[in-house]
Amino acid sequence: MKRTGLYDLHVELGAKMVPFAGYEMPVQYPLGVMKEHLWTREHAGLFDVSHMGQVILRPKSGDVADAARALETLVPVDVLGLAHGRQRYAFFTNEQGGILDDLMIVKLNDDHALFLVVNAACKDADIAHLRAHLSDTCEIEVLTDRALIALQGPKAELALARIYPRVADMRFMDHAWFDGDQVWVSRSGYSGEDGFEISVPAAGADAFVRQLLAMEEVEPIGLGARDSLRLEAGLCLYGSDLDETTTPVAADLKWAIQKSRRTGDRAGGFPGADIILNEFENGAATKRVGLRPEGRAPMRAHTPLFDAAEGGNQIGEVTSGAFGPSIQAPMSMGYIPSELAAEGTTVWGEVRGKRLPAKVTALPFRPSNYKR
Amino acid sequence: MKYTEEHEWLRVEGDLVVVGITEHATEQLGDIVFVELPEEGTEVAKDDEVVVIESVKAASDILAPLDGEIVEVNDVLSDNPALVNEDPLNDGWFFKMKIEDLSALDDYMDEAEYKDHIG
Repeated sequence: MKRTGLYDLHVELGAKMVPFAGYEMPVQYPLGVMKEHLWTREHAGLFDVSHMGQVILRPKSGDVADAARALETLVPVDVLGLAHGRQRYAFFTNEQGGILDDLMIVKLNDDHALFLVVNAACKDADIAHLRAHLSDTCEIEVLTDRALIALQGPKAELALARIYPRVADMRFMDHAWFDGDQVWVSRSGYSGEDGFEISVPAAGADAFVRQLLAMEEVEPIGLGARDSLRLEAGLCLYGSDLDETTTPVAADLKWAIQKSRRTGDRAGGFPGADIILNEFENGAATKRVGLRPEGRAPMRAHTPLFDAAEGGNQIGEVTSGAFGPSIQAPMSMGYIPSELAAEGTTVWGEVRGKRLPAKVTALPFRPSNYKR
Repeated sequence: MKYTEEHEWLRVEGDLVVVGITEHATEQLGDIVFVELPEEGTEVAKDDEVVVIESVKAASDILAPLDGEIVEVNDVLSDNPALVNEDPLNDGWFFKMKIEDLSALDDYMDEAEYKDHIG
């Protein structure tokens, strides 16, 4: 089992450590999942996400446009049009139009390279995928000597600006360097709150995190609350809500496929393009939807979904489900046939042998607070 | 007070047994967000699943510790499940049951034995 550079600090803080994607990670601290979640919505929560993969894609030609063009052969996203110092959500697709992983792409400011952040559980496969397809045009450098910290919540700017005042000028999905080129900050996250993701050299990570935790606004937050925060924000978890069998259109991620990859001279050219672009025009058979179960009982992942209170047919399955501490109600996401996906439609989830009604609901469950 | 290996506590009140879960159990479960209680008047057999609790982490079942009849349930928990975390040994009780023979309780652990059990 691997450990991040902050392992000793987690243990010192009283975290409960659990295996996650091959790492021993903090699932909660003494505050507990519910209070950690609410703290992040009110103040600022600090998350160690150093288990995620950080990769630099450096074009052999020296022209970052060549790296962007190369990466566009693996993702249905406009990388070429990304401005310097900006970040964009993307996913690697397969020939069937399914999703191999979702990721963030940054066009680094003042450098001729792209910076990718990928999921921990997928990073080895992602790196192999990049090497297999992009080695002719790019150097693929895996950054194993950097920690990744997320600072999320309405007080995140106040806290981080004490160290780096210029972060206050950043807006959602901006990316900038601090301390020369040592510390990389993006204004983004996975909680539905304003906040930052900060890549720091591993050697200084412990001291940097202690400096933030010493601030009264900042508490350490574990993976438990990270999951309930992202679910309230309607954000997908790869491996649960997205996988090799879910297409971007079924996953309701059409917004992430820019027009330049659908029409014109850069249309298509990524794995599964025919399937994905056809679905983009004509719809997919299934759709990821938000579900609000009646009552208080959570409908967790793998709860089967039916089209009737009794009898009827199984129409799908819950892919993520929990109790939302901020909305004080259960919430789920799942896939159902597109013709049943209209808001307000009732479906039934079978929980402990009983079919309980749940209404199809717009996502997110709670409005997000990004600094646009 | 008696304790089961499933971290329930059993307290005799007159001819009834009150059942709840221990502080140790609530610490393991985390924040409780949903409690489903049985109907009053239900006849249950030992080890029947009578209460469902859902925490932020997972669902778990509370088993009937003895044969008997559920005579009263703590309805407050349906709207305020967090009471189980806040006061597991008192206000966070689940149900009261009537049993034939209170001596059946003797098979369960006393407080010292339970403390040993959870280490």
